[in-house]
Amino acid sequence: MGVPDASGDLSSEMEVDAFRHLFPLRYFERHLSESIRPDARPLGRARDTTLALGAVASAHGSALAKIGSTTMLAAIKMEVMIPSTESPDEGCIAIDFHMPPICSPIVRPGRPAEAAPVISKQLSDTISSSGMINLKELSLVSGKAAWMAYLDIYCLDADGALFDAALLSAVAAFSHLQIPIVSLNDDGKIVLVSEEDEGAKLEKEPVNKEKRKLKLSSIPFSLTCILHKNYILADPTAEEESIMETLVTVVLDSSARLVSFYKPGGSFLANTSAVQDCVALTRQRVKELQEILDEAISGMEID
Amino acid sequence: METDRDDGRSPSQLRPLSCARNVLHRAHGSASWSQGDTKVLAAVYGPKAGTKKNENPEKACIEVIWKPKTGQIGKLEKEFEMILKRTLQSICILTLNPNTTTSIIVQVVNDDGALLVCAINAACAALVDAGIPMKHLAVAICCCLAEGGYVILDPTKLEEQKMRGFAYLVFPNSVVSVLPEGLSHVEGEPMEHGIITSVTHGVMSVEEYLKCLERGRAASTKLSDFLRRSLQSQLPSDSSKAA
Repeated sequence: MGVPDASGDLSSEMEVDAFRHLFPLRYFERHLSESIRPDARPLGRARDTTLALGAVASAHGSALAKIGSTTMLAAIKMEVMIPSTESPDEGCIAIDFHMPPICSPIVRPGRPAEAAPVISKQLSDTISSSGMINLKELSLVSGKAAWMAYLDIYCLDADGALFDAALLSAVAAFSHLQIPIVSLNDDGKIVLVSEEDEGAKLEKEPVNKEKRKLKLSSIPFSLTCILHKNYILADPTAEEESIMETLVTVVLDSSARLVSFYKPGGSFLANTSAVQDCVALTRQRVKELQEILDEAISGMEID
Repeated sequence: METDRDDGRSPSQLRPLSCARNVLHRAHGSASWSQGDTKVLAAVYGPKAGTKKNENPEKACIEVIWKPKTGQIGKLEKEFEMILKRTLQSICILTLNPNTTTSIIVQVVNDDGALLVCAINAACAALVDAGIPMKHLAVAICCCLAEGGYVILDPTKLEEQKMRGFAYLVFPNSVVSVLPEGLSHVEGEPMEHGIITSVTHGVMSVEEYLKCLERGRAASTKLSDFLRRSLQSQLPSDSSKAA
């Protein structure tokens, strides 16, 4: 900011709140020089993360992810479609990310948030290039019927690191996904088998008796960092994101391969050591997130 | 396995580059940039009085409008707009013209791979043509990762689809300055080794990414020389226009 030195002297005599609002960058830098952040986290630590599976009863798979106060609700609805002629034995995944006005003061009613389509695109790129889901598993009858998975992610509270929370909720929703049972009727059409019929004797054998769960291989997890001078701040809040603008998002899969290294501009350059530091922080974070996901899944199985 | 490229290029050979400035006479600045068959036209309007939406009393605002070759703008184009905007924001000196908006319109003429990279280079040349104050130029390069860990540069569309992964990288161009050496070095690395923007697709190992970075850096020096040369060579015609 424009007056770094003038504010230096004022910091001792001004009220903390006033200082924070008048010289936000200086306020943060004072914290960073002591290797601490205003919310009492060390620079490299992410906020507390919680994950709840099955938050939406009417969806086939759903999850609620919270990183700090950033909250994402993901839900998957499955529908039967006719596969395209180019890939007759593959299903399809459609991902949409929504930012309703309730999530942040920046989003105004009636005007779609600029960030939403970008995050939506990033999510579908990440999920498709990580190869987490084998689209062939979504096939029912080759060339005739396949599953279309509609994944909708709603941002309920946008407090920074939106992509990380969105990806976590998406991955969790897929691991919670229970594919409905379908069978072929007499006309050769696919019909859903409702829950009540399940116990009764079925006239027709279900098409997908075994394939009720998706096999997820090499699950991607991400960490967003802020680069500021020589500091690297993991998992920024919305306030930090608005003050220090250089963001780096690293996505690694569970076997530590790089799925994406995403840095859209920003005033600080990422040199090789910064790249390696960000990757190292993400490696740690992937372990944490993997544990959180495993815990959530095993918690579901007990119920 | 030296060269397996359809057009007979070596792995680190770029396609023929061409850059022309001042191609549109209504715009404040414009440039066309082509790499092989990929061609992008960029126009700059501004700095003009800020619209209410973009007003910022401290900084100039940059707005990017992406026009695809055909059809409507979708999520992909929105993402390109955002990346381009953030990249250009980081190289322009925004504090000089507060409360203004500068619009950059990017028109895709033909897409044959490395489209975003081409657009960034075109936009950068157009900003120079418009005389927008900038800290330094940006040079963008696309590195592709072939099977077996080979890195090839500046892929065509066909190569981009065939490859395991690719990375769009943007580096600052080397600054020719009178400043002492130490100032342009950050932690022992020259400034032009830092990444302004990085976008990757496909899975790769961290080592492979670092290899892409290294190759990209080497090629970006060539690109930045080309950019500098083509901007300088057109200077005389520029001054005659002003007169």
